[in-house]
This record gives sequence, C-alpha cells and structure tokens, in this order.
Amino acid sequence: MPTYQIKVNGESRSVDVAEDTPVLWVLRDHLDLVGTKYGCGIGQCGACTVHVDGTAMRSCSLTLSKIDGKSITTIEGLSENGTHPVQEAWKEVDVPQCGYCQAGQIMTASAFLENNPNPSEEDVNNAMHGNICRCASYSRIRKAVMIAAENMD
Amino acid sequence: MSTNKSNTLSRRAFIRNSSLAGGGMVIGFNLLQSCKPKVIAEPAIDLASLDYNDFNAFIKISDNGAVTIYSPNPEIGQGVKTSMPMIIAEELDVAWRDVYVEQGILDTENYQRQVAGGSQSIRFGWDALRQTGAKAKHMLVSAAATRWGVDPSECSVSEGVITNAAGESLGYGDVVNEAALLEIPEDVPLKDPKDYKIMGKDASNVDIGKIVTGKPLFGLDYKADGMVYAAVLRPPSFGQKLVSFDDTDARAMPGVIDVVTIGEKVRALLEEDPGFASKISSSDKVVVVAESTWQAMKAKEAVKAVWEDESKVESTEEHDKILNDLLDGNNFNTMRSDGNIKKAFAEADETLERTYESPFLPHNCMEPMNFFANVTDEKVHLVGPIQTPAWKAGLVSKMLGREEKDILLEMTRMGGGFGRRLYGDFVIEAAEISDKIKKPVKVVYSREDDMEDGIYRMAIKYRIKAGIKDGKITAYHLKEAAVNDNMYGLIPNFFPAGAVENYQVDAASYNSNITTGAWRAPYTNFLAYAEQSFFDELAEMMEVDKIQLRLDLLDKVKPEEDERIQYSPDRMKEVIKTAVDKSGWGTKPKHVYQGFVNYYCHNTHVAEVADVEIENGQPVVKKITCVVDCGIVVNPMGALNQIEGGVIDGVGHSMYGELQFKDGKPTANNFDRYRLIRMKEAPIVETHFIQNDLSPTGLGEPTLPPAGGAVANAFKAATGNRLYQQPFTKTPELLKVPEKEIIG
Repeated sequence: MPTYQIKVNGESRSVDVAEDTPVLWVLRDHLDLVGTKYGCGIGQCGACTVHVDGTAMRSCSLTLSKIDGKSITTIEGLSENGTHPVQEAWKEVDVPQCGYCQAGQIMTASAFLENNPNPSEEDVNNAMHGNICRCASYSRIRKAVMIAAENMD
Repeated sequence: MSTNKSNTLSRRAFIRNSSLAGGGMVIGFNLLQSCKPKVIAEPAIDLASLDYNDFNAFIKISDNGAVTIYSPNPEIGQGVKTSMPMIIAEELDVAWRDVYVEQGILDTENYQRQVAGGSQSIRFGWDALRQTGAKAKHMLVSAAATRWGVDPSECSVSEGVITNAAGESLGYGDVVNEAALLEIPEDVPLKDPKDYKIMGKDASNVDIGKIVTGKPLFGLDYKADGMVYAAVLRPPSFGQKLVSFDDTDARAMPGVIDVVTIGEKVRALLEEDPGFASKISSSDKVVVVAESTWQAMKAKEAVKAVWEDESKVESTEEHDKILNDLLDGNNFNTMRSDGNIKKAFAEADETLERTYESPFLPHNCMEPMNFFANVTDEKVHLVGPIQTPAWKAGLVSKMLGREEKDILLEMTRMGGGFGRRLYGDFVIEAAEISDKIKKPVKVVYSREDDMEDGIYRMAIKYRIKAGIKDGKITAYHLKEAAVNDNMYGLIPNFFPAGAVENYQVDAASYNSNITTGAWRAPYTNFLAYAEQSFFDELAEMMEVDKIQLRLDLLDKVKPEEDERIQYSPDRMKEVIKTAVDKSGWGTKPKHVYQGFVNYYCHNTHVAEVADVEIENGQPVVKKITCVVDCGIVVNPMGALNQIEGGVIDGVGHSMYGELQFKDGKPTANNFDRYRLIRMKEAPIVETHFIQNDLSPTGLGEPTLPPAGGAVANAFKAATGNRLYQQPFTKTPELLKVPEKEIIG
C-alpha cells in the first residue's frame, strides 16, 4: 500500500493506506481522530465535514490524492481548547441532543463564517442545509451560528 | 402526583466503604434495589483508575469534597445523563458546578430499569433519585452535628458546606469519613420544590465540552487493543437466506483478515428465545473481518453470495392491499369497548368515517448501528450504543452459554436511538463474531446496511368512524390494521376514551417477515395525526368550534370512575386553553393558516398549533407553538431541546418520511433517496410550559406525535385539502393552493 504524507491539524502525518481510502476513514481508523463522523458515506449528511485549506468538504468523499499538499483541519484541531467562537456558541446555546452530527455542523458553520462574517438567518439556513441533524436541533444550530457570527470579529 | 411520595429505598441499597487507599474516603450510594454491601478492594478517587467491576454507585464523595454522580440510564440524546444526576445533586445539596457525571455501566444488581425508552427514565427515577441524594445529605449533616455536639436540626447546608448555629462550617469532604460509619436513615424529608436550586435552572449537557471538541464518546469511536472490524453481509431481501458464497476476491483485498459465516448460534438462541425471532434474521450471514472499517466495507462488496427465498418476499403494494382488507374485514381483537357502538351508529343522525395511512419508516440514527465484543474464556466484554443493555446481556449470556456475571457491558453515548437501539440485533452479531474469530471485534454497519437491515416502524392504517346524534358525538370507533404488531394496551384508554359513551377500539395485524419494532412514540407517532385530523374534520361537519368540541368532550371524562384512564382532562384542558392563548388562535392575519392539536402520550399532556403560510403556491410550516405539561421541569434547557427536536422530527417525518419495499427490499438505502427534514424546512418552535409542582414526566417522545396533525390541520386551512396519507409530500397535488386564493 502506498504511503501518504498528509498535513492534519498543523502536523505532518504519514499513513499507509490503499489509494481509494476516503479521508474520513484515514482520520478515524489510522490517525485516531474520531471526532469526524461517518454518517452516510456519499456526501449527503455532512457529519464528516472537515476543512481542506479552510474550505468545508465532505471527508467521506475525498481521497488522499485529492488533498495532496493541502492542509486538513478536523474538529480536534479547530481550536486549542474548544474555544473557537463557533464552539463557544455551541456551548452557550447547548445545541446538541445526541451530539453525533455536531462536529460536522461546527466545521460547516466555522468555514462558512470565515467567508460570511455577517450572515442573515437565511444565509445561515442555506449554509447549514446540507448537514442533517436527526435529532432536529436545527433551531439551536441556527441560533448558535448567529451568536458565533457576532463574536467572530 | 405529590412530589413528596414515600420512598421504598432499602437501607441496604447504600454502599459504604472506609478503606480508601491514600487516606481518602468514598461513600457510595446505590439506588433502588437492595444489594449486598460490597467491600471495595482498592477504591480510589482517581476516576480513571476506578474499577468499574467492583464498584457501581450513584454518588461518590471524596475527602477533598469532589462529588461524582453516576448516571445509570443509557444516553441517546434525551438528556438523562444530565437531568438524572441533577435530581440527585438537588437533594444532596451540592453545587451543580462541583459535580462530575460519569456513565454507569450495566449493573442489574444495583440499578433498576437501565433502559432508554418510553420517555420513562425521569418518571420512574424521580422518587428514588431524590431519596438517594437526601439520605446522603442527612448522613453528612449528622456526622457534622456529632462532631460539633449539636443537634442536626441546628445545621444548614449550602452547596456542600454544612454550617451550625455558631457559624462554624465543614465541607462534605471533611465529614465524609464519619458519615460513612453512620446508620443509614429510613426516611428523610425531601425538599419543597420552591426551594430547588438546581432543578428548574438551565444546565448544559454534561458532555457538551467533549462533543464540541470531537472527543471519543460514541460506540463507533470506541477502540481496544487488537480490535478488528467486521462488515456483515446480510440477506438483501427480507424472507431470504444464504445458499452459498464465493469470497475469493474479498480475501485478496488489502487488510482482510478472514471471511466467516455466523448464524448457527443465533438460530440456537431463537430456539430458546423465539420472541427475539421477529427482530433478527436467522439466515447465515457472511462476515468480512479486516484491519480497518473501510477495508471491511469494501471487501464485503466483493463477496459474491447466492440467496434464496425462504418465505415470500413482500412489497408495499401488497401490504397496502392487505391492510385495507383487514380494515374491511372482521378479524379484530377488541381492545376496549364501552356502551354499544353498533346501536349508536344505527341511531345516529349522521356519521363520518375516514381512513388514514402511514408507511414503513427507518430510524436513521445518525450513528449507524455498531457494537464491540470481545469474547474470551475469562469474560464477555461488550461496549457500545444500546438502549436496553440488560436485555442484550441476557441474550448474549444465553447464546454463548455464559453466566451473566461473566458479561461486562459498557454503554457509550449513542448517536441517536429512536427505538432502533432497543433491539440490539447488532450486539448479538458482534458477540457471535467475536466468539467465532476469538478476537476483539467491532461490527460496523454502513448507512446502506443501517437502512436495509432495519427494525422499522411498521405500516399502519387507521379507520375512524364517529356517529352524531342531536349535535353530540354518540359513538366513536377506531380500527387499526398494522403490519406485525398492534398498539399497546394503554393506547385504547387515551382520549377520547371516557369522553364518548359508545366507544370501541379494534386492532388487527398481518404477520410479515420484515422486522419491525418501536419507533419514537410507537403507534401514537401516527395515531395522533389520524385522530386529531379526524376531530378537525368532525368539527367542520358538525359546524361547531374546534376548540370547544375538544373541551366539551373532556368535560365528560371522569378518570376517578375509570382507573384505565391515565390522562387528566383538567391538565388537557389547561394545555388547550394555554395553546389557544399563546398561539394567537383565531386572531392571526389572513395569510397565516393555523392547525390545532392536543394529545396525551408517555404521561405528558401537549397541545400544538401550526402556523402555515403560502410561499410559491405551496403551504409552508413556519412555526409551531407547543404547550407542554410535564410536571416539574428538571432541566429547562434540556427540556426545550427535546421539545423542539420532537416537534421538528414529527413535522419532518409526516412531511417526507417513507420507506417502500419491493420484493422484500427497501427501495431507498441512503440519504440521496430518503428525505429527512433539514435546516431550511425546520419551523420555529415556541414552547410554553404549564407551571406546577407535579412529579415530572418524560419529554423524549410526547411532542412528536401531535406535530403531524397540527401540520395536516393547518394545511387543510390553507389549501382546502384534507390529508389522509403520510408522508404529505406523497400527494403533491393536495399541497397546492388554488390559484385564485393566493394572496399577494
């Protein structure tokens, strides 16, 4: 199996995996970064969202060849101690119910706010529409993203 | 309904220990069931080094004052890992910020009802949890009073600090050594709800910090030394079994360790426990064992298997016809019968009869099914997300011929449950695989496995008929036709039981080989919509006020004369009136169409009003006003989350949820072809609690069932069309507003 050098959360990591292995499973099974979640495997639910050079992407549908030379950020690396404004807002609003989809929600929201620091509620609805929350914590996700937007500047 | 019920806590239900290594002291209190006091070999305050095999308790207090509370019940997102410890902490009188919460393991000796289901954790735990905290506090205060030489009644407690009349103070940690030696009190007073400091105040989810930083919490995150991954190839259609398979290609794939079959042990188990046969396939299954999840899933696809029909493979079309035939037939089991409906219908001035239809639903927990098992000669170690740990430990014990004491089951946080994780077919599989390959193994479902190998909400049809005489409802007949199982025995005693003189509930079922089971708010998740749509239509036919019709019916209900009736007409009337007030019922501008629903299930009374507006010629749910009487609200922040989630889930599934079968196989197996509600479709939910001091009831389920009815009734107001079929998007022609009626 080929060896890949990838940059995850600021660290260079080396993995031996088949080339078709999705980044999601490289993170979870090979690098012990299990914060990124498996939900559907076909890019439909957003639970596996990570940042690739700052852009939110579905890690279940990304192979290593597509991220060559790029930098990945996972939920574990979003901030030093869980203090990113989006994480803080999630805590303030107490968003999660089961909590499983929330890493993906937070990664989608944080990438979105980088490019849209002053979103309307409609912008937030559009940005977060691709992430399923089966517990339907949508009202709180919406609220937390708006709070994070205020605290990000 | 009083909060200060006498308790039945056994004196022996407390564990005490005074031999803590390092000079510390732990006082542990076990809940509910009597248990033999245990001596802990080497207990430690350090949580990481705590030996969970030897020590399971609700509370630990160390001599440095640290308080750990064990939450006994499985956490599926319903919030009990936060709210159950809050109840203990309240009576213990410690500061919530000083409490560390740990998930208890399965311990049938010391804990009772370690189940996540039926919205019953808080209701059943209420008295015992409060007693546990109160008794611990009593002992700690007694110890301080003895040291000071004063009467305990002269001492007060605030946030774990005991103060006497002279102003001297001792922390719980200072006196825990002496407290542990005291007699355990038989009966202690509980707090008056007006003195609550923790309950009734917002508390964040105790795992929030871990969730937002991606710490390993869930079953799929669990890892153990030497653990391998297993992907299981199950029959593609319900009714099929394995004939043969070719694993040559699979074995040649990277990371594949072994390909084995399982099934033998499950079949033996089913001989002994036939009740579980409706929840798990008895066919052989092909198991691909690999070094990683991806390798296992990929190699599974490379297995070439031959299947044959063992019984008839079924389709939705056939179910539809079968259920209609059942409704038209006479093969019913009568679940409740008051008066004489036949006579009443014969004498009625007019009648209304309507039929409501619902599809199969998968649970679609965001975390697909998975479980860890490590079967060794010494023990059977099981770890993962399961709503019914005791049931599964029992089945595994039977299947493997092992004593229950050899089984250690640890519950992880669950990425959703919704009823799917009540069944634990995946626990049985994991145990059989580990037993066969002699390795620690994690069974992992792909999303496709999860949707195709479900234990689904069954398709059900209801037919409701009412008879009217002299402007009154004189007869009500509810008929249920369901795949596999009929409604449980409490439901026929829900509203309008007791409100209509001639009342009958009949149920019939068809046995299918498709596995079915509980789905969040079983039966009522569909019945509430059917019944409340029916009352809406009935009021229109009778030309009476929709709210007044409900209130008048409730006036007739006398629970004191019929012990089967658990719902309270008074509490129901209060939620109805509050919902009318808070939703602005009947006072909205012309472009807002409203639908009203009230419902009782899972011991909680709820009323919901949907506000619908027209956008692009279609009705859109903008807001749901929800009024809830669940007694004392233990954790408002968590309660609101459950309510909002339940309402939006109810809206989503009634709008979009449907799983069809063709030749025994679901026609959708992932989210590209199965629609779940998403952000843009989620309405605003405005919640109002009825304030009272009644014992708390659960919130995981009761706000879901009414939501579909509220939407259907509001859609009727908006479009003029009644919806008799779920999901509502199945009949798009009924979701159009006539051109001339579109405003603006």
